[in-house]
Amino acid sequence: MQYINKEGRTELDRRFGEQVKEESGAEIDRCYQCLTCSLGCPSAFAMDYLPHQIVRMVQMGLRQEVLTSSTIWVCADCQTCATRCPNEVDLVGIMDVLRETSLREGLAKERAVADFHRIFLGNIEQWGRQHELSLIIKLKLKTRDLFTDLPLGIKMLKKGKLKLLPERFKEIKNVRDIFRRAEK
Amino acid sequence: MSQPIATGLKYAYYPGCSLEATAKEYGQSVRAVCSHLGIELTEIPDWSCCGASSGHSTSRKLACTLAGRNLALAEEMGMDIAVACPACYIRLRNAHHEMQNDDRLREELSSVMSLSYQAEHGTRHLLDIIVNEIGLENLKSKVVKPLKGLKLAAYYGCYLVRPPELVAFDDPENPRCLDDLLSALGAEVRDWSGKVDCCGGSLSLSKRDIASQMVGGLIEMARQAGAEAMVAACPLCHANLEMRQTGADGKKLPVFYFTELIGLALGIAEARSWLKRHLISPSGLLTSLGL
Repeated sequence: MQYINKEGRTELDRRFGEQVKEESGAEIDRCYQCLTCSLGCPSAFAMDYLPHQIVRMVQMGLRQEVLTSSTIWVCADCQTCATRCPNEVDLVGIMDVLRETSLREGLAKERAVADFHRIFLGNIEQWGRQHELSLIIKLKLKTRDLFTDLPLGIKMLKKGKLKLLPERFKEIKNVRDIFRRAEK
Repeated sequence: MSQPIATGLKYAYYPGCSLEATAKEYGQSVRAVCSHLGIELTEIPDWSCCGASSGHSTSRKLACTLAGRNLALAEEMGMDIAVACPACYIRLRNAHHEMQNDDRLREELSSVMSLSYQAEHGTRHLLDIIVNEIGLENLKSKVVKPLKGLKLAAYYGCYLVRPPELVAFDDPENPRCLDDLLSALGAEVRDWSGKVDCCGGSLSLSKRDIASQMVGGLIEMARQAGAEAMVAACPLCHANLEMRQTGADGKKLPVFYFTELIGLALGIAEARSWLKRHLISPSGLLTSLGL
């Protein structure tokens, strides 16, 4: 089945809703578009589709639009939507599955957020704990945004808020095993 | 030093990554306040990062086993976990919940760690422990320097109160425990409607403009309520509220950690030194009130 949008015709993926439902455990069919989620969403102002629209699009099978949307990355994971939903639709779980799928298929639109997650996890795999200074430097290099936060970074270094070197970690093999198994 | 209030409160302590770096003053004040109140914290040896929001945005299995590693280490110690970072708190509680209901995940974790994890011990936030185990009457009796005249907005943020299926020590829409705690310390607590609104902390590094707009809204609300400073219980909120607040340096709203204020009110000697690490200095405000 096809769907006509501004850019032309798009294929509907009828299995998409089922897939998201299965992976997230969320009762997607219960949503009756009351807008409670969107009205309480603190980052809605920066989204291309509002949260209730995302749910509807998942139900309908607008796979490509959902997985390439900004919304799934602009979502700050504050859990307000799922807490207030009168039908207990787990929007937080849905967003997680959408981000996971979008990353896996290389469709993430907001590269900076996706890069942040990748670098964040890469550091943990390397050192076992987060090393904030290298997280910031790697992200700034990756997004070619070296100077906007530089004065702030220097101030934080002076205040002793950023450790220069990562800590030594004994059981790093154990943490790396966890990463390896999760990839399977 | 006077006698601690509590005896027998022992926890496996999970500091989390921030409390050793960007939120060093939170980490220092947590340890000092706990020791003063008689809460015995034993750091989990070789604890690892909980994975934070990057973990569960990437893979459920990774999020559960990364956080779960620390649960298993604490279980070996035979104690519940105490944690001060709400982002770690929610990840640890989530992993615990998932593992209680998923034998395969639990076995996976047991196998990778060569032990037998039962998912029996819980995780509690330090605010919960102080309010509900120490008790505010007790805390009040230890105050030697009431925070008189300090007008505060208590900021809970997201993960101390949401999702209510996982964290249930206060109301998800209108929590009171931090307000009550600050009142017990003698401060003037202002009621306001931003206490559980998200500050955008998870976007602070990757989507700075969005975070800045969210912070701006909160600061404006706190000011309108008559607050001269905000109080947080989260290292990510604290960093975001300090870093992404706009305006002239002298006009910004200082943000305290709740443990720093307990330290000040209880007369803990090093309390003033924690505040030197803040990006927005609260010393002018404190001095003007004789604190």
